[in-house]
Amino acid sequence: MLASVRAELLKLRKRPAVWVLGGVWLAMLLTFGYLLPYFSSPDSTVGPGASPLAELLPGNLVANTVGGYALFGGALVMILGALVAGSEYGWGSLKTVLTQRPGRLAVFGGTLAALGTILLAVVLVSFAVSAGASATLAAAEGLPIQWPPVADLVQGIAAGWLVLGMWCLFGLLLGTLTRGTALAIGLGLVWALVVENLIRASANALEWLDAVQRVLPGVNAGSVVAALGARGEGDGDGTPGVAAIVSGTQGALTVTALLVVFAAAAAVLVQRRDVL
Amino acid sequence: MTTSIIETQPGQGRQAAVPVVVARGLTKRYRSGVLAVDAVDLQVNRGEVYGFLGPNGAGKTTTMRMLLGLIRPTSGSVTVLGQPPGAPAGLSRIGALVESPGFYPYLSGRDNLRVLARYAGVPDSRVEEVLGVAGLSDRAGDTFARYSLGMKQRLGVASTLLNDPDLLVLDEPTNGLDPAGMADMRRLIARLGAEGRAVLLSSHQLGEVEQVCDRVGVISGGRVIAESTVAELRGQAELVVVATPLADAARAAAALLGESAVQRRGDALRCQIDPARVGELNRALVRAGVDVTELRRDERSLEEVFLAMTTQEVPDVG
Repeated sequence: MLASVRAELLKLRKRPAVWVLGGVWLAMLLTFGYLLPYFSSPDSTVGPGASPLAELLPGNLVANTVGGYALFGGALVMILGALVAGSEYGWGSLKTVLTQRPGRLAVFGGTLAALGTILLAVVLVSFAVSAGASATLAAAEGLPIQWPPVADLVQGIAAGWLVLGMWCLFGLLLGTLTRGTALAIGLGLVWALVVENLIRASANALEWLDAVQRVLPGVNAGSVVAALGARGEGDGDGTPGVAAIVSGTQGALTVTALLVVFAAAAAVLVQRRDVL
Repeated sequence: MTTSIIETQPGQGRQAAVPVVVARGLTKRYRSGVLAVDAVDLQVNRGEVYGFLGPNGAGKTTTMRMLLGLIRPTSGSVTVLGQPPGAPAGLSRIGALVESPGFYPYLSGRDNLRVLARYAGVPDSRVEEVLGVAGLSDRAGDTFARYSLGMKQRLGVASTLLNDPDLLVLDEPTNGLDPAGMADMRRLIARLGAEGRAVLLSSHQLGEVEQVCDRVGVISGGRVIAESTVAELRGQAELVVVATPLADAARAAAALLGESAVQRRGDALRCQIDPARVGELNRALVRAGVDVTELRRDERSLEEVFLAMTTQEVPDVG
């Protein structure tokens, strides 16, 4: 399978869409995670606002970085997953790849491993960019720089990787299911941005719907990052998609289970379906 | 188009018949109910170039996809290089180009082959070799999206050679090539067969099949309706005799060749005759007092044979 991983990494590394999505994510992280809150903070030297400056400082690095993973980062990597799977059908490259040596499951395993590597890199770069931004703001305000404990950092990185991995595999499954990119991306975004919000909005009124929402990808991803201290929707200007609806542990377990289900379902489709 | 380095002549180094592809009763019926391939029996031997002929939708590509494990047969059995279709041990010895070449448009030709080389577990140095064979070295750095149809086809053929395969499955490999490219491709296919590889070639170019294939299978409506050498398919050539008076010529020819070997059609006779005896026939006609105005061999082209066979069949899908 190592050969498949190397091949897949070469494809991803040279694919413009990967760099565009990564760049968009980092720009969003900097803009909405640091710049806008800083300029609107009542505590900062640059202007009044609602966000406490302390939330932007290095001590709050983990919460401030993972906050966007539940919805915005998740949507972007969902698009990545759909592109990776769906375009293989659109370009006809899947049949070319599947007539090489590895076999279907090895090719699919290579795709998973390569995406996992790329997502880990995205998480690490996100933390590095956040660390740089928070340290810069602290220096600009003349405040001491206090980093979070290493254990918290590792937990944040692992949680971010898990949440992004789950959303990415959701996109990968949709791309495989629809054998294309456009429909997969459309369905994925509608699910993440619309359907889950509607279910959550109605869950208070219907008990059975409350049970349903507790297994949804977005709800559990939001609960995981909320458990790490990210400001949620109930905190005024908190991050959309972040809410402690279930505990962090339950959220992490459910996200892991969903990740496995998405991967297994996509693997079954790749293994069993005719490639036309 | 760049110059090919293909120089080896066909017909060298043929080996004894060793089955490489064996399909028995191969059938594919889609969920829609369409019967794309119907009980196809097929055998391709090592060192043989096997032509797969058929009209559009006859089932050629579906059959090839089943041999490669891309499509599961509804019934029947297949082994390719002794392995079930799609098995890694078999795929590692197969080079395949099915329908249009499928590559990554944002990658260069070279990087596309590097990706496939990694999947196939062959070193990157092999990429430059096959680019040279395909005549693409000069344009290897261009993105695939910028390639012409012919260049895409060349890249597809180059990809089939990466793993130095024992079996090549080539579906319409000359699509989009200019005449020089088609000639290059024919020489390449002939060379591959001469090197002892098996080649399964589907084509609409009957001349191409005629030139490079050892055996031909004609498929129509999902069924193999004929399988033979090209010469056998075309049948024995006839001699057309135009002479006056025709009745005297017919009697003289029948006396020499036998009644069953001579037929009168319109203003001419058509004779089944060994080419070595044409001079003897001519002398017999002259001795019989006949004025011979035309003696010529009339050989059916493969195209005539193909059309005669397939126009009787109703194409299904493929």
